[in-house]
Amino acid sequence: MTQALSRRAVLRGTGALILAFSLSGRAFAQTETGASATPLRGLPGSLDATPRLDAWIRIAPDGTATIFTGKAELGQGIRTALLQVAAEELKLPLSRLDLITADTGRTPNEGYTAASHSVQDSGTAIRNAAAQVREILIGEAARRAGVARADLIARDGVIAGPAGLRLSYGELVSDTLLHVDAAPTSILTDPRDFTVMDRPVPRVDIPAKVTGGAAYVQDMRLPGMVHGRIVRPPSYGARLVALDAGPVEAMPGVLKVVRDGAFLGVIAEQEWTAIQAMRRLATLARWEETAQLPDEARLPEALMALPTRDTTILDVGQPDAPSFTLDTLFTRPYLSHGSIGPSCAIAHLEGDAMMVWTHTQGVYPLRDALAGLLAMPPEKVRCIHAEGAGCYGQNGADDAGADAAMLARALPGRPVRVQWMREQEHAWEPFGPGMVARVRAALGPDGAITAWQHDVWSQSHMMRPGPPGTLLAARDKAEPFPPAPPVDLPMPEGGGDRNAVPLYVLPNARAVNHFLPEMPLRGSSMRSLGGYLNVFAIESTMDELARRAGQDPVEFRMRHLQDERAKAVITTAAERFGWKDRPKPPAGGGYGFAFARYKNLEAYCAIALEVAIDADTGRLIVTRVMAAVDTGQVVNPDGVRNQIEGGIVQATSWTLFEGVRFDRRRITSVDWAAYPILRFSRVPRAVEVHIVPRPGLPFLGAGEAAQGPMGAALGNAIRDASGQRLATLPLDASRIRHAMMDPPPLR
Amino acid sequence: MTTFTVNGTRRTIAAAPDTPLLYVLRGELELNGAKFGCGLGQCGACTVLVDGEPVFSCVTPVMLLEGRAVRTLEGLGSAEAPGPVQAAFIAEQAAQCGYCIAGMIMRAQALLERDGDPDDAAILAALEPSLCRCGTHVRIVRAVKRAARAMAGKMEAVR
Amino acid sequence: MKRVLLLSLVAAGCGALAALAYAWHGEMAPVSPPPAAAFERAQIERGASLALIGDCRTCHTAPGGPTFAGGLAMPTPFGTIYSTNITPDPETGIGRWPLAAFVRAMREGVDREGRHLYPAFPYDHFSLTTDADLAALYAFLMTRAPVVATAPANQLPFPINIRLVLAGWKLLFFHPEPFANNPARDAAWNRGRYLVEGLAHCGACHTPRNLMGAEIRSRAFAGGEAEGWTAYPLGAQSPVRVPWTKAALAQYLREGWQADHGVALGPMGPVTENLAEAPAQDIEAMADYLASLGTPASKTAMPKAPAPDASGQRPQSTGWQAAAIALPADTGAGRRVFAAACAVCHQAGRPLPLGGVDLALSTALAAETPQNLLNLILRGVPAADGLAAPVMPPFAAMDDTALTALLDYLRRDIAARPAWPDLAPAITAARRAASPQTNVNPAKGAP
Ligand code: FES
Ligand code: FES
Repeated sequence: MTQALSRRAVLRGTGALILAFSLSGRAFAQTETGASATPLRGLPGSLDATPRLDAWIRIAPDGTATIFTGKAELGQGIRTALLQVAAEELKLPLSRLDLITADTGRTPNEGYTAASHSVQDSGTAIRNAAAQVREILIGEAARRAGVARADLIARDGVIAGPAGLRLSYGELVSDTLLHVDAAPTSILTDPRDFTVMDRPVPRVDIPAKVTGGAAYVQDMRLPGMVHGRIVRPPSYGARLVALDAGPVEAMPGVLKVVRDGAFLGVIAEQEWTAIQAMRRLATLARWEETAQLPDEARLPEALMALPTRDTTILDVGQPDAPSFTLDTLFTRPYLSHGSIGPSCAIAHLEGDAMMVWTHTQGVYPLRDALAGLLAMPPEKVRCIHAEGAGCYGQNGADDAGADAAMLARALPGRPVRVQWMREQEHAWEPFGPGMVARVRAALGPDGAITAWQHDVWSQSHMMRPGPPGTLLAARDKAEPFPPAPPVDLPMPEGGGDRNAVPLYVLPNARAVNHFLPEMPLRGSSMRSLGGYLNVFAIESTMDELARRAGQDPVEFRMRHLQDERAKAVITTAAERFGWKDRPKPPAGGGYGFAFARYKNLEAYCAIALEVAIDADTGRLIVTRVMAAVDTGQVVNPDGVRNQIEGGIVQATSWTLFEGVRFDRRRITSVDWAAYPILRFSRVPRAVEVHIVPRPGLPFLGAGEAAQGPMGAALGNAIRDASGQRLATLPLDASRIRHAMMDPPPLR
Repeated sequence: MTTFTVNGTRRTIAAAPDTPLLYVLRGELELNGAKFGCGLGQCGACTVLVDGEPVFSCVTPVMLLEGRAVRTLEGLGSAEAPGPVQAAFIAEQAAQCGYCIAGMIMRAQALLERDGDPDDAAILAALEPSLCRCGTHVRIVRAVKRAARAMAGKMEAVR
Repeated sequence: MKRVLLLSLVAAGCGALAALAYAWHGEMAPVSPPPAAAFERAQIERGASLALIGDCRTCHTAPGGPTFAGGLAMPTPFGTIYSTNITPDPETGIGRWPLAAFVRAMREGVDREGRHLYPAFPYDHFSLTTDADLAALYAFLMTRAPVVATAPANQLPFPINIRLVLAGWKLLFFHPEPFANNPARDAAWNRGRYLVEGLAHCGACHTPRNLMGAEIRSRAFAGGEAEGWTAYPLGAQSPVRVPWTKAALAQYLREGWQADHGVALGPMGPVTENLAEAPAQDIEAMADYLASLGTPASKTAMPKAPAPDASGQRPQSTGWQAAAIALPADTGAGRRVFAAACAVCHQAGRPLPLGGVDLALSTALAAETPQNLLNLILRGVPAADGLAAPVMPPFAAMDDTALTALLDYLRRDIAARPAWPDLAPAITAARRAASPQTNVNPAKGAP
């Protein structure tokens, strides 16, 4: 079993704490964040790849500091959290800090902002860098003033010492002072002395967002900017057989129709003109389509019939039982990221240099992909992150970046803004893959699990740029790039098999990842990757086993756990919910409990909830949710709560409503009418998040911790209310109604 | 030419009369509040108030607005001096990506101008046309309640 | 006002007359709620199907409330009546009702205590229901989850608030007879008639009512009203552009939409949602009977809708919206509004039910009054609760001038009918009904 990352901490007399994080378990070939395979230098977080301190922190003569991060704000509040970390260790007030996020021209390369790694990678780097910068400043002050370091203290941007000695950071800093590599260890502030971290600091990005400030790439207006739109093929693999662009080129206000093979775009002075031109152009294009999609109604069968590459990711004891108590096939459909704002980018070709403002999760990998696509040297392409709507994984952001670059290349000198239409986002984004998980488990006479087998089938969850072939535009071009090879993210983080290894102590267990190199629908990373279905499968099975063994589901879990932090969140959620003394629910009511540690490496999350189901309609309302999380050292508790609450609500929507629809040729769920998501009438009525404090322990990402447990807790609550185990997602009204019907289905 | 007021200022619009209000607000008038989310009247990201009632600006051609009063997020306050609903959203930290929030605030504003003390059901019903993908709903509801209290307090103070 | 006065007079006369013998019904002794085991599973299942056909849950469920627990406000010309709790809760529901009391309520419109029920509860239709079907319905309802819920008191003026008055009403308008098969027709048709005239109570909305709120039997299916929506005439008097066929009716009833007619909206929406789960055979039978009501004798030729921007199915990835066509300078206001606000979806060729219906086919444009069209324009079609379903944005921002121009254009140029007279009061009434304070959609509802 994977244990918590080990921690070596040495307390020094001054109340400061030296920490170094052991990063064992991260030495693997490819990660979801694209971080380097093996720690090179043994430095904390992303310092390992970018050790220069002034790559992270620069201090101006006026005493203000600029922090650089390769991670991007995706609505998760990372901007504020990283500022808090920097302010705490630098001993500078927040107001004197500025933060520059992902920009290939300015910031370190931190790969993708993904996998709940931002605070862990960048936060750790910035925290250590800031602490080391502070110590360097203290050292410099000591040198200049000729006093002992121990007599000096950093506070409010000033190094203060005996006899009124005061040297401001601005005075102390010089061009070369911070141009040094980080040391492996830092003197970190003791959590007991925190004044900025572990505090609910209001997010710095919210005021602009609620008052109409320019907050998103969608809001940027560059001088001379024009508007582009793309005409995408009607379906995967459609061939453009005829196009008469003349009428569109003749439209007033249209600057250009861009065509490169089947890549079609329009550029116009005004946005509305561009949209009208796009619609016209679409009607003038003739396509030849092929029926190459699987039968939606039999998706699980279709997936399981594909060729696989199998990896055994867990094999202990004797998992082959003569018979299993349970043998269940859990399935999920393809899911849309469903960003509320369709993807957008602005590109500008000036001379031989291309600038792209994009809400990609990885400016460096996108830069490389665009350089390939445009046949430009990478150093001539600059990608700058600008916020978009929440993406929850790889939505159309990178593709929109490529689209904008393609159009900008056709109109040098003018910035071209491209935003996708709703239908394009819904039809063309890389979905969260449809999946199947089969779990078999056997109970012994003592009511403990004696054998366990988990098989999971999934295509790649990691088709991000790098390779140009990951981008739609690259595939439609007259000289197309080959599709990028499918990436099977390896354990311990995993892709489709993420969280397929239970955290429970099981003496006889096997887990096999059946990786599908084929991709029936375009797919890539979506929050929690395979973890959502695998946790749903494991926690549904645990719940069902507990019932079969006549045990309380919470106690049953505790009995199969050794990890103390796991036990603590479970106990906390259960106690705060009042699990033990929960009253018998009214008719149609039910309770559900579930737990997971995300990736078995990140945050722990346990959820207890109560639902009310209208048996005659199958309408389910979550009446109360109690979540407990352990995210290690907390930077911004309100930020953690916000993320967990969001995960709970989003997973409620995934679980109750969602699935990508398609016929044999086309994606048909192209808008919110065809792809319904949760609206306010179904919002959980009360959500409480309790954070288990872990001062001084490593940061653990929280953004994806709740989704798996929330889905499973819902399934378990439906089981509680109806007596039926639902294993096919979504658990929609019709499935719930049939489960609630006693007598069972009428037809 | 269409003429109407936007946040109290008279505007004569150069765009063709069939242009949806959203593109006029974002393009010609350079206002960021109303967002493009779907262009289909399904998500509420583009919501503004026309004579006090919430309207999807993405499907409302400006020709329908001659002489009307349009209010956008910018009309409720600024980052320095936020209006009561905006202030409540900040106080509750009711945003994740925030892309949906402009529409939410406009709907909340319309609701609270009509009903100063809405119950939970009224709040949920008023916000039903607006989608949030980040799952900020719980906080949004809290923010609307906080705004209702704040606005009630202010009314009291005025009296 | 006139209506109430007239009603009072008649009521006074009838009341006196009726009070003699007809009015009095005794209380039936309460029973203890029968256990679920008292009923056969097959009988409960049959009851479930019948309840769907009877649309019971639509009226007996408050917005967002538990199904069958009642409390839905039903506006009538006489005042507001609240539906009652028909879950088997012993105190607030029908838990203490013996089967005989249930049968009496369904057949005679009298509750267990002996009180007359308002005909908003359509016992004038339910009375046709057979003993076996009533027993099945009873079995189904008595095995639902009991919910404690008391409906608000009805808001009715004197003298209508005196239930004894209803005895007079019944004397005049309620003459129940058992259902008799028509031997000249086959079993399916007879089954269809039994359901349509009985439990499904289609006439309750689709038949006009007199001043006293009773259906005018001689004008069965000549069109009526429900909750501020027009219930179109059925059969020979139907205003539809393409005549209904049996197959089309069956699809419409079961799926809530039909390509030649559109999508079930307004109060018809929940009806089809229920029928979607009812036995297919029964729906076929209902369609059979409804188709036999006849088709309009003469039809105006289908006018050609203005051609969309281009032919063929457009690639979905650019959206199911059409580019606006450049209009000649002398184009009228109505056509301009249509082109800017409606045509983008309604002429985009996206198939039903998620696409905008081709308005040339829309019954709303061909109907006698613009009521439904106005309701749709002003309220839109809100998103369904977690289901894939059409969404149409409301256009309440359209002022009266634009609305009038649009309606004239739609009616004359798209539907090729004479303009609706007197749009102003219709618009005012529709606006009042659509305002957020009064707009409660029981199907979608709040929490
Ligand atoms: S953008 Fe207008 S409703 Fe979605
Ligand atoms: S906060 Fe991101 S969509 Fe609502």
